[in-house]
Order: sequence, then C-alpha cells, then structure tokens
Amino acid sequence: MRGKAAFERVFRIKGGDFINAGESSIKIRNILKDIGADPDIIRRVAIAAYEAEMNVVMYAERGLMKVIINAKNITLKVEDKGPGIADIELAMKPGYSTATEEVREMGFGAGMGLPNIKKNSDHFDIRSTLGKSTRLEMIFNLNGTYD
Amino acid sequence: MTLKKIKELLNCRLLCGSDKLLIDVKSAKASDLMSDVLRFSGPGKLLLTGLVNVQVIRTCDIAGICAVVFVRGKEPSAETVKLSKDCDIALLTTNLSMFDSCGILHANGIKGVIIDSKN
Repeated sequence: MRGKAAFERVFRIKGGDFINAGESSIKIRNILKDIGADPDIIRRVAIAAYEAEMNVVMYAERGLMKVIINAKNITLKVEDKGPGIADIELAMKPGYSTATEEVREMGFGAGMGLPNIKKNSDHFDIRSTLGKSTRLEMIFNLNGTYD
Repeated sequence: MTLKKIKELLNCRLLCGSDKLLIDVKSAKASDLMSDVLRFSGPGKLLLTGLVNVQVIRTCDIAGICAVVFVRGKEPSAETVKLSKDCDIALLTTNLSMFDSCGILHANGIKGVIIDSKN
C-alpha cells in the first residue's frame, strides 16, 4: 500500500432499516480481511463501524459511511441526516440513551455505542448540529502492521 | 469443552451448524445487550441470549462469536437461521432459563469472559 493512493469507499445507510443494518460494517470488515490487516485492527474497526452504523439506523433518516485506508491508518467517517445530539458530553456517558422501546427490545440502545466507538478507535471526534446532522470521525493507527 | 458437550448439558436442539459441534468452547457470555456482546470477541466464544432477531447474528459475526444458544425455548425466524448459516455461526436452542443455562455451563468448567470495567 505504501506509495499508492489511499483506498476509499462510501456506503449508504438507511435509517430504520433494521433488517440490513450492519451490512456496511461487515463489508468494511471483509475489505480489511482481504488486504490482510492485523486481526486486532480489523476487530476494532468492525466494532466501531457497526456501532456507528447502528446509531444511524436507530436515530437518523439516512447516512453515509466512508472508509479511507492508507499506509498509516484507517479512517471511518460517518455523517447522518437526523435529529442531531443536544448534549454530546451526556451522549458519551456510558449508559445514557434516548433509544426507543423498539430499539431496546432488539438489544440496542443501552447507551454503550458511542463509548464503545471511542474505546476502539485511536482518535475519535464527534460533532453535531441539532435538528440537522451528526458527524463522527474515527482513526485507527496501523503501526506498521499493514504495508 | 466441545459444542457437542454443551448441546448435551443444556439439552439443546441444534438449529444450524452441525459441522461446528467439535469446536472447542473455552468461554461464554450471557447478554441481551448487543453493545455488551461487542465488548468481548475472539474465536471459540459462545453467546447465550434471549434475543432472536437478525441483529444478534450480525453482532456475533462482528464480534467473532462461533455459536449462539437461545435460552427460554426461544425460536429464531427462518431469516435469522439463514443469516447464521451464511455467517458460519452455529445456533442452538434450550428450554432452560438463562440463569440455569449459565449455572450448568459454569459448573462444568466454562468460564465467563473477563471485561475490563474501566472500559
């Protein structure tokens, strides 16, 4: 990969689509497997991508998830069109959730999604405009494990 | 312990994954919270859950879990079973409760997954 252009791919996520939710993250996981990335990196990227994808499905109207891979790191960018987050600090608190009963019955919305994303990424940034959108950026360092 | 032994101990019915019965299961997790499930991962791990929707299987696929035991006699949909086959995850169902299932497995040497509570 070194010396080559970064690999990029964008996935569309549909809000409320619980049947297909997670498919984009599994595709990203499979891309990383195909290029022979380190299993620990694959696990962390897949978990963060899946949590972020589920957040779009659970709360937003629609979203895009972009994966960028270069020699040094993997970046995931997720941007949705949705209600936004009123208090990001509160949303980052483990256990805090605004999920509906329907979402909770499916095993999600326990308030661990954003903390899980932060825990699994080397760099995590979240920005939100209330009533409009939420943007997440996650970076995973490759530490020379992928060349 | 093999998945076959777990199947016998919990008096399970195998729903799919007969080729997985010789997998060596070392540890297990019991949860109905998917974010919790994502906090433990790796080969040879088993999930006990009362949830039967397709997202349980996607979560297990992401977390690298090889087999799922549905407790309390829960029956997954055909869609859930199909996704499990596609993801190479064995599915079993038992009439036992979550508590009894965990107790039997623990008494027979299956350990819980250690999770760093600080994370």
